[in-house]
Amino acid sequence: MGRRLVYMDHSATTPLREEVIKAMEPFFRERYGNPSSLHSWGRETRQAVESARRKVGLALGSEPEEIYFTGGGTESNNIVLQGIARRRGKGHIITSSIEHHAVLDVCRDLATGGFQVTYLPVDRYGMVDPREVEEAITPGTVLISIMMANNEVGTIQPIKEIGNLARLKNILFHTDAVQAVGKLPVKVNDLGVDFLSLSAHKFNGPKGVGALYVRKGVSLAPLCNGGGQERKLRPGTENVPGIVGLAEALELAMGELSPRTAHLVALQKRMEEGLLKIGGATVNGHPQLRLPGHINVSFNYVEGESLLLGLDLQGVAASSGSACTSGSIDPSHVLLAMGLEPEVARGSLRLTMGWENTAEDVDYVLGVLSPLVKRLRKISAHYPQSRSWEGLKGV
Amino acid sequence: MYSSKVIDHFNNPRNGGEMADADVVGEAGSFKCGDTMKIFLKIEQERIVDVKFQTFGCAAAIASSSMLTEMVKGKKIGQARRITNEQVAEELGGLPPLKMHCSNLAADALQDALDKYSDGPARKQGRAK
Ligand SMILES: Cc1ncc(COP(=O)(O)O)c(C=O)c1O
Ligand SMILES: [Zn+2]
Repeated sequence: MGRRLVYMDHSATTPLREEVIKAMEPFFRERYGNPSSLHSWGRETRQAVESARRKVGLALGSEPEEIYFTGGGTESNNIVLQGIARRRGKGHIITSSIEHHAVLDVCRDLATGGFQVTYLPVDRYGMVDPREVEEAITPGTVLISIMMANNEVGTIQPIKEIGNLARLKNILFHTDAVQAVGKLPVKVNDLGVDFLSLSAHKFNGPKGVGALYVRKGVSLAPLCNGGGQERKLRPGTENVPGIVGLAEALELAMGELSPRTAHLVALQKRMEEGLLKIGGATVNGHPQLRLPGHINVSFNYVEGESLLLGLDLQGVAASSGSACTSGSIDPSHVLLAMGLEPEVARGSLRLTMGWENTAEDVDYVLGVLSPLVKRLRKISAHYPQSRSWEGLKGV
Repeated sequence: MYSSKVIDHFNNPRNGGEMADADVVGEAGSFKCGDTMKIFLKIEQERIVDVKFQTFGCAAAIASSSMLTEMVKGKKIGQARRITNEQVAEELGGLPPLKMHCSNLAADALQDALDKYSDGPARKQGRAK
């Protein structure tokens, strides 16, 4: 097979859809009014923002007024966690050990103030147990924050069960649904969440724009003060093209959810079968309850970053949990929480497929990966055969 | 991010693999989770006549290992002893600052091998720690 370019890093970000670009374009050009202005320019963009809000509300099964536009997933998470913290001043927060840093690092920060934080463990598939959530609840618990789907291994969490529990105990519940929205059905009332974070660039929308669902009647202290936009929760002149793009991308993604899911599941299956044929490969994450098109695989005796570069040199974009860039070699906190040996965790590779990927792409990646793994194993100091010298030459 | 020389050594590592009849085997790194390297040397009359390496690690670690083997082949032990981590990185056309530590492995493994060699026949064969 000839060389091709294959993007398989959709959990990092996705390509912007043509329809989305088209929808956004007028707002970069002639429709530049400030939505807060009273004149016709302003009224026009105000209408566009409110129409986007209705679309997002419809997709999530919420009222439009429960949707707030933000600067992305990180900001949405911060608005919730820090917003609760500022309202309450002290208390107990329950989260998991596999959250994105946009939750974990906020919690770490709050823990240096008046907050106690429980980081729940996960099982070997990267799954939080709702019973452990229940056991962690104390009279002081002010918030539960558990992601809907994990960004490294793709495991889908039992959000509905935790939501039921949170309602029963009358505790606010946030889910970081950044990886789930656009790939799974997400209805806030089914899930029983009070807050939900999403980010447009993960579902073929633009970067730097997200949304936050906040259940009616729940109050958060804003992180920024200013002009009062987004009902004072996220002041600042709205990113109108971004907001329009987010809503358009979400509407398209939800409208195509079932053909997309079928396509991604088929690619995922083809890829997994091929990966297992390489040998010494373990697919990480839950065998069934996993994001469609999401694969995290570890190859024995091979390091992740070298796989990544090897793939990149052949035109394949993937990612890896391992990084030895900062001086200390930290394998992924998610894989370690799942109980993987550090050495195995360092060999992990994430391949996340999207709508535009094809079976040919999968075959190409497998065709590149198989000799690459063999080559890296042959020169790996960890490869068991390499210990054969111990038995040779009179040792 | 990487120089073309690093990419070349990563893609076509020189002297990769094990050596069954090595006179001495040096090691560096942590076998727990970090980059690790083994270097196999064949020494005749105080000269390194053959060398092989095996490395588990990122591209910078692999390229440094490969580069080092080219640098030591044919060298007298005394000359080989003077090879530093910086020289390996330099020969590779430099490494990104955050990746400099990955190149330490190579010269460290070499020095380990040479130490074992000069410690006398009892330790010459090396042994996995
Ligand atoms: C689970 C999760 N939460 C939050 C974020 C951050 O989103 P953003 O890049 O929009 O700030 C990401 C993106 O990597 C993510 O995967
Ligand atoms: Zn390294």
